[in-house]
Amino acid sequence: MKITVDEDKCCGAGSCVLAAPDVFDQRDEDGVVMLLEAEPAEHLRTAVREAADVCPAAAISLSEA
Amino acid sequence: MSTPAGVLVAGASAAGLATAEALRRKGYTGELTLLGDEPHVPYDRPPLSKQVLAGAWQPERAHLRTREVLDALDAELLLGDAAASLDVENRTVHTESGRALAADTIVLATGVRPRTLPGQDGLRGVHVLRSLDDALALRAELLSTRRLLIVGDGVLGAEIAATARGLGVEVVLAGPQAAPLAAQLGPLASDLLAELHNENGVKLRLGAGVDGLTADGDRVTGARLSTGEVLEADLVVVALGAVPCTDWLEDSGLVLGNGVVCDSRCRAADGIYAAGDVARWHHEHLGSLLRLENRTNATEQALAVAANILGADQPYTPIPYFWTDQFDAKLQIHGVLAADAEVTVVEGDPAARRFVARYERHGKAVGVLGWNMPKQARLHRQQHLTTGGSR
Repeated sequence: MKITVDEDKCCGAGSCVLAAPDVFDQRDEDGVVMLLEAEPAEHLRTAVREAADVCPAAAISLSEA
Repeated sequence: MSTPAGVLVAGASAAGLATAEALRRKGYTGELTLLGDEPHVPYDRPPLSKQVLAGAWQPERAHLRTREVLDALDAELLLGDAAASLDVENRTVHTESGRALAADTIVLATGVRPRTLPGQDGLRGVHVLRSLDDALALRAELLSTRRLLIVGDGVLGAEIAATARGLGVEVVLAGPQAAPLAAQLGPLASDLLAELHNENGVKLRLGAGVDGLTADGDRVTGARLSTGEVLEADLVVVALGAVPCTDWLEDSGLVLGNGVVCDSRCRAADGIYAAGDVARWHHEHLGSLLRLENRTNATEQALAVAANILGADQPYTPIPYFWTDQFDAKLQIHGVLAADAEVTVVEGDPAARRFVARYERHGKAVGVLGWNMPKQARLHRQQHLTTGGSR
């Protein structure tokens, strides 16, 4: 699984961090999403899917690497 | 896990699409139909009053999914046809065009429509902003407008004011509150918002409601306030909130009352659920019925509905969240900021326009507001607000 984020779309909700804190963080200064793992381990798959789903700005895209 | 033979989702916006996607992701392989009243593929609404209205984004950028991703959903996408009535017993939706769509499970996700002023219909130069077409129509007129009047001092009105100022238009914002968003944010943040709008040239005409519009023939010329004062404008946007789209359900027998009334599982009747702006459900932790009109709820409630359709039997107890961007201010609001709450700045400094405030009632945290501090606001939410613990 490969993650891409659209920083321009990010609204800083932090929903992705709540769902998958091992994979996402936010920049201190403006809250924009930071990708900690672009290709996360298998056991994080469900959490990452949830993070993409709950993003209120539809800023997270997933593809099968 | 129970598996319905077919699922029909009425409403193809954020909540409807998210329900369909969540069903597939959770392993549902049966028939899936998504019915939408607009001709467009599902798109996102928050950018409409900002990026799309400003012209920074082409409309396609607001689409929620690419055509390929929609195709992969393996759902029948019926667009440009609105739900017209619901037969609860036979679980059948009849559409405007005469379709009869029966399904084992039906999800009501028809959203809300803007409130309007009496006499507004048929008047040129008056706009609402709910749909993509609304945004494009407003943008087209804004580009040749000198004076814009916005009727409504809530989130949408304030965002449109900021965007229109960015386009160089003279803007007057009118509404009954003391400051924009006063009811949602309380005095600290709404007074700061008023300051911000003032500095950026928005003329605030607050503290008086709007009684009606004024016109010359079929063209709007402004609006009349409850004080009798008339505000002149070339163009008027009415942003007075929205009402749930439940007209089509009036003969259905479902309980309606400012939305489709649901139990804690977001279930309106056997095999019938509601999600998004149109749903009024029993929030078990708050102990009351709640209807949320925000983008986050559309998705989160859709996920809960999909899980319950597949047998999860879980109550939906979110911490409400919304955000708004106006000029250089990015506000994040977690929980419920009761107007009578006690407010403490817990990080940053309002004078620097970068801070987090905690809202408390009866000694318990009910909400967190971040002003240009999104990450810190989220951290305080995690520290102070527990799931569903907005009271």
